[in-house]
Amino acid sequence: MSNTIRRVISVVTVNEHGVLSRIAGLFAGRGYNIESLTVAPIPETEYSHFTIDTEGDKKVLEQIVKQLHKLIPVLRVTEHAGDEYVEKEMALVKLPIAESLSDIDALARSYNGCIANVGEDYIIAMVTDSSSRVRNFLKAIKKYNPKEIARSGVVAIER
Amino acid sequence: MELTGSSMVIEALNQESVDVIFGYPGGAVLNIYDEIYKQNYFKHILTRHEQAAIHAADGYARASGKVGVAIVTSGPGFTNAVTGLATAYTDSIPMVVISGQVPTSLIGTDGFQEIDAVGISRPCTKHNYLVRTASELPRILKEAFYIASTGRPGPVLVDIPKDVSAELAEFNYPKEVHMATYKPKIKGNPRQLKKAVEAIKSAEKPLFYVGGGLLASDGVASFRELVAQTHIPVVETLMARGSLRHDDPSLLGMLGMHGTYASNMAMSETDLIIALGARFDDRVTGKLSEFGKNAEIIHVDVDPSSIGKIVDVDYPIVGDLRSVIEDLAPLLKDYEPSSIEEWIKRLENYNKIHPLGYQDSKTTIKPQWVIEKVGQMYKEECVVVTDVGQHQMWTAQFFPFVNKRQLVTSGGLGTMGFGFPAAIGAQKAMQDKIVFNFTGDGSIQMNSQEMMTAVIEKVPVINIILNNNYLGMVRQWQTFFYEDRLSETNLEAQPDFVKLAEAYGAIGYRVDTKEDFEKALTDAVAKKMPCFIDVVVDRDENVLPMVPAGGTLYNMILEYKDQ
Ligand SMILES: Cc1ncc(C[n+]2csc(CCOP(=O)(O)OP(=O)(O)O)c2C)c(N)n1
Ligand SMILES: [Mg+2]
Repeated sequence: MSNTIRRVISVVTVNEHGVLSRIAGLFAGRGYNIESLTVAPIPETEYSHFTIDTEGDKKVLEQIVKQLHKLIPVLRVTEHAGDEYVEKEMALVKLPIAESLSDIDALARSYNGCIANVGEDYIIAMVTDSSSRVRNFLKAIKKYNPKEIARSGVVAIER
Repeated sequence: MELTGSSMVIEALNQESVDVIFGYPGGAVLNIYDEIYKQNYFKHILTRHEQAAIHAADGYARASGKVGVAIVTSGPGFTNAVTGLATAYTDSIPMVVISGQVPTSLIGTDGFQEIDAVGISRPCTKHNYLVRTASELPRILKEAFYIASTGRPGPVLVDIPKDVSAELAEFNYPKEVHMATYKPKIKGNPRQLKKAVEAIKSAEKPLFYVGGGLLASDGVASFRELVAQTHIPVVETLMARGSLRHDDPSLLGMLGMHGTYASNMAMSETDLIIALGARFDDRVTGKLSEFGKNAEIIHVDVDPSSIGKIVDVDYPIVGDLRSVIEDLAPLLKDYEPSSIEEWIKRLENYNKIHPLGYQDSKTTIKPQWVIEKVGQMYKEECVVVTDVGQHQMWTAQFFPFVNKRQLVTSGGLGTMGFGFPAAIGAQKAMQDKIVFNFTGDGSIQMNSQEMMTAVIEKVPVINIILNNNYLGMVRQWQTFFYEDRLSETNLEAQPDFVKLAEAYGAIGYRVDTKEDFEKALTDAVAKKMPCFIDVVVDRDENVLPMVPAGGTLYNMILEYKDQ
C-alpha cells in the first residue's frame, strides 16, 4: 500500500438533477473512497457546492480531481491543502438525561458547541469544529453513554 | 415557431447535417417514428436488433469521422443498446443516441418498459440527458452533438419521455453552444511544447507511440509530415492502425500483446516515448514496472485525465493533437534525422531478426494468408472492419493499411458481434468503398440477423468468416496457459453459413482452397451484394508474437511448440 493522504475537495457544479449520482457513481465505479460528502446549493446562483472528504495515494487523488473535472456539469474543482482553507464539521450527540449536564456543556463548549436541546429523557449536545477535533470530542463524550450520534460531513472553503 | 418534441428531433438532426440514422421503433418512440415517416431529410435504417443499430452508427462514425446517430425505444430497446454505447465509449467514438422513455408522469412508478436509462448509461456515455420538457430539447440536442464531437469524443444519450415528444414548444435551434462548465482545450501550452521539443532533440532513441486520438483529432496528415521530417520511428496501437502507410519505413508496426518484435523492443529500449493520443492500455504496456523503463515520457492528449493515469509523465501536454503536432513541426524544423541513425538501424535489425510472419501451407488455408490476399487485391479501395478474436489480431497485424480510418474495430471493449453491423454503418458512410468484415465463426453468430438489414438496404458488406471451428482466441489461451483444456470453446457445431446467407436472400460461399477463395472474393466484389465467405482455415493457428497478460514487452512468445 502506498502512502494514503487525506484530502478535502470542493466541487462547484451546475445545480441540476443527477449531479450527485454522477459524482457518487464516479467514486463507486472507480473504487475511490468517500469519507463524507456534503452538498447544498450556492445561494442566488445556478450552482451547487459539494465538499468531499476523501483519501488515496498521490496518483489516485490526482485522478479523482481530473475525473471530477471531466464530468460535464462540473465548473470547478479545488483541492484543499495545508492550512489554506477552513474546514468545519458538525456533530449532534444524544445523551441520557441522567448524565451530568454541566460536564457535557463544558465539554461541548470546548469544541465550539453547546447543549442544543434538553428533553424529558435526553440531552442533545452539538459541536462544530474541524473533523479531527470532532473525532476527539466523540471520543471524550463516550463516557457519558451517548445513545445516538449524527455527523454532518465536512464543509470547506478557501481562506 | 412551435413544434412538437418529435418534430424538434427531426429538425435538429437535419440542422446537424445527419444523412442516415439507425434504429428500431417501439411504444415510447412512436411519436418520433411518426415524424421520421413524414420527413425527407435523412434515411432511417431499420436494423434487426438495437445493439446492431448502435454498432452501425458507431461504424458510420469511425469510418467517416462524423457523429453517428441511433434511436431506440425505452426499456428493452435501451438495454439492448447498452453494449453498443459501452463499445463506443471505450473507443471515444462520437455518437448521439436517442432513447424513448415512459411518459414523465410514469417515471419512477416501474411503468411498462420503464428503466432508468440515464442511471444505467452514466458509466458508459460521455454525457447523458433525461429531457424534462420540450422547451429544453433544442438546447439539449445541440449540446449533445457538440459534446459528442469535441474534446475527447464519445457517445451522448438523450432520453426523451413520450409526453415530451408530443409536447409543443418554441423551436429555435441554437447556432452555438454556451456551456460554462465544458470548454475543451485546443492549444497546447507553448512553454510545455518548448520543453518537449528540447527533450526530442536531445533524445538518442525517441519513439512515437500513437493511438486512436490521432484519428479523433484529424491529425493523421500532419503526423505523416512530422514523421517524414524527423524520421523518428513509430509504433501504433490497434486503434491507430493506418496512421502511417504500411510500407512507411518509419513504421515498426503495432505494439503490445500481439505487437511486432521490433515495436515491443523499441518500446523497451527507447529513451523518450512521445505518446500521441494513446492511453497506455494494459494490452499495450504489459507489466507496468518494466514498461518504458529507460524512457522519459511526453504525453499529448486532449483528455487531462488520460495523462498520468497509468504512468508518470515528464512532459504532459493537454491539447488537441492536430493542433499540437502542427505547433511542434516548425519547432523541429532543424531536427537532424542523422542523430538517430544508429537507433533506426538497431530497430531495422530487430525487424530482420523476427519479422512478422507465419508458416504458409499448401494444403490448408492460413487465416493470415486470407487477410494478406484481400490486402494485396483491394487495399487502396476498401474499409476493413473486424469482429473480436484471433481474426481481429491477424487483421491488425497482416492487413497492409494505407489510410486513416481504414480499420474499424472494437479495441477497448472487444465486443464480439460488433463487426457486421459496424460494417453496415461504415458502408453507408463510404458508399464508393468496398467494405470487408473479417469475422470469426463465433463472432458472426452474435449479430448474423443483420444480413436481413444488409439485403433489404442493399449494403454490400463482404463478411469473410475465418472459420476455425473454435472460439479461437480463448482456445489459444487455454492451449498456452491451461494445458490445452479446451473448456467450451469448440464450435464444430455450427450453421451452414451458405444456407444462412441464402435464407436472407444474400450470397454464401464456402471455400477450402486458396483458388476457391480468390474466385469467391472476386465474384463477391463484382456482384455488389452482401455475402458470407465461409473460409475453412487451419484450426490450430495461434496469434504470435504474444506477450502473456502481465508479462514484460521484451519477453514475447515468438513461437509455440506443442509439448
Ligand atoms: C461479447 C463477447 N463475449 C465474449 C468475449 C470473449 N472472447 C474474446 S475472443 C472470443 C472468441 C471469438 O471467436 P471467433 O469469433 O470465432 O474468433 P476467433 O478467435 O476464432 O478468430 C471470445 C469468446 C468477447 N470478446 N465478447
Ligand atoms: Mg473462430
